[in-house]
Amino acid sequence: MKEFKGNVLFLDRSDINTDEVIPAKYLTEIEKTALKTHLFEDIKLDGFNPEMDIKEKAVIVTRENFGCGSSREHAPWALEVNGIHVVIAPSFARIFRQNMFNGGMLAIELSEDRINTIFKEFKNSDTQISVDMEALEIMIQSKDQTKTIDFQISEFDKALIQTGGWVEYADTHY
Amino acid sequence: MGKTIAEKIFKAHLVDEPFGDVSVLKLDRVFCHEITTPMAIQDLMARGKDRVFDPDKIKAVIDHVSPAKDSKTAMQGKILREWAKRHKIKDFFDIGYNGVCHALFPEKGFVQPGFVIIMGDSHTCTHGAFGAFAAGVGTTDLEVGILKGVCTFKTPQTYKIEIVGKLADGVYAKDIILKVIKDISVSGATNMVIEFTGNIVDEMSMDQRMTLSNMAVEAGATSGICLPDMTTVDYLWEFIKNQYKTRQDALEAFSKFRSDDDAVYAKLKTIDVSDLEPLTTFGYKPDNVIPVSQMLGTKINQVYIGSCTNGRLEDLRIAAKVLAGHTISPNVRGIVSPATPKIFSQALEQGIIKTFMDSGFCVTNPTCGACLGMSNGVLAQGEVAASTTNRNFIGRMGKGGMVHLMSPATAAASAIKGEISNSSLFCEQGK
Ligand code: SF4
Repeated sequence: MKEFKGNVLFLDRSDINTDEVIPAKYLTEIEKTALKTHLFEDIKLDGFNPEMDIKEKAVIVTRENFGCGSSREHAPWALEVNGIHVVIAPSFARIFRQNMFNGGMLAIELSEDRINTIFKEFKNSDTQISVDMEALEIMIQSKDQTKTIDFQISEFDKALIQTGGWVEYADTHY
Repeated sequence: MGKTIAEKIFKAHLVDEPFGDVSVLKLDRVFCHEITTPMAIQDLMARGKDRVFDPDKIKAVIDHVSPAKDSKTAMQGKILREWAKRHKIKDFFDIGYNGVCHALFPEKGFVQPGFVIIMGDSHTCTHGAFGAFAAGVGTTDLEVGILKGVCTFKTPQTYKIEIVGKLADGVYAKDIILKVIKDISVSGATNMVIEFTGNIVDEMSMDQRMTLSNMAVEAGATSGICLPDMTTVDYLWEFIKNQYKTRQDALEAFSKFRSDDDAVYAKLKTIDVSDLEPLTTFGYKPDNVIPVSQMLGTKINQVYIGSCTNGRLEDLRIAAKVLAGHTISPNVRGIVSPATPKIFSQALEQGIIKTFMDSGFCVTNPTCGACLGMSNGVLAQGEVAASTTNRNFIGRMGKGGMVHLMSPATAAASAIKGEISNSSLFCEQGK
């Protein structure tokens, strides 16, 4: 199982598409590691500087419909090679969400209210999140406060995380 | 209780329901192209699982960058080519025979009503136009599809969108789908299947239905389905005539996949398109949609006519009708990419290519090309394109470029004017 904890990167915008996560021109790469330096290169987000802001981050908190657009699995790979294994949002585009779990990574859906609260209370401070897969809880921590929030994922998604992804699962089961 | 077409297709393909809410479905087709498949092939090799479930059900094409533009794209083609050979995938389309996947595969008769199809490409929803459940997937799902012939999907919820009324001249399937996306937003159908019905859809040709289904994913939909009817049968007849005695027999067989009258829908919407004007986009999201009449005069640098949305024969014919007798603005670069070799040669025979060339358009070979900003017409920083493609995302056709999505008619008119323009200016529109 992958590690699901670390510093939080806040992306305060909805409908961030996979072209913004990793532009199409890098789809010619055949090694995942080549995507590393191009994550969020073209994102449209005021005040965001990909070179500075992605460093040492492991968890993304963002707004609704994250990962819409292209089906490219290069998007979760670009996150993965940067050490980001968790994205938390009110909702995800279907293919992106499936791609995350298929690769043994976590896409956690929380209600809009909860995401609003997290943004309000933590966005402006250095924040860490750690995910407890047993208790299905995330712990959010800044220097001023700590908060624990429970979440749900399906049994199937859990099985994918535990077996390390869909290829191994499918090859043993079908 | 009645069932929707998606529910019927799911039921007919169900292999397993491992945890209740997900269905593992048997696949009729796995489509592959050179951008997303090589990573799947390499991963399978690394795992010691370089196998395919059925070489006859896998179809592959090199389409996104063709001919290869550099060493990297050449390598992607090479990996796919060698893999197809190794596994005896006979329907592999290399340069000379290749075209944009979602135009080429239907044209070859690979898509039939009731099929379940996946591809590592989000616009796989296009094939829903034939009454199939066709969905874009990521590389891992593709990999498992290749290896085992299965894929998982959540039990489908269906959003029924009924399109009714009478279309005005100069308004096309592209305008309708832009209107749908505007109305329901880029996430309006996330995790749902859109079922397109209504008299307007019934009257559409397969080319137009494919335009409609193609952009269902821009509203978040898993697939965009049109119900199979005689238009579907007629299109497919040359491929299925050995399977059925008469067209009527084929229609009856396909009709078992049509939604029941008492089917239950998650959402319903009726759109009367009688007053619809030609539409275009203005921002970086496909739901940033506005009437062309409110964008008149917007200067453009390039016009692109092509792609899996609007690169088919009917699209080229409509654009050529607008262009006939005109030359495009000296300030505009016009590029047209017929989506497949067959479309290209038909357009040649019918004089459509000549019209494009006489008006000043550059005609490229069939490829995705400029659509995703990888080759054949990448925009420079600050440039603006009028395009018949499906995505106006920031940087889509080149870093710092702006894309306005529109119908082939509007794109052709805009090319003549050098600015976004209405096609009614240039031609008496027959449809
Ligand atoms: S034409 Fe454009 S949208 Fe269609 S498959 Fe090719 S790159 Fe994708």
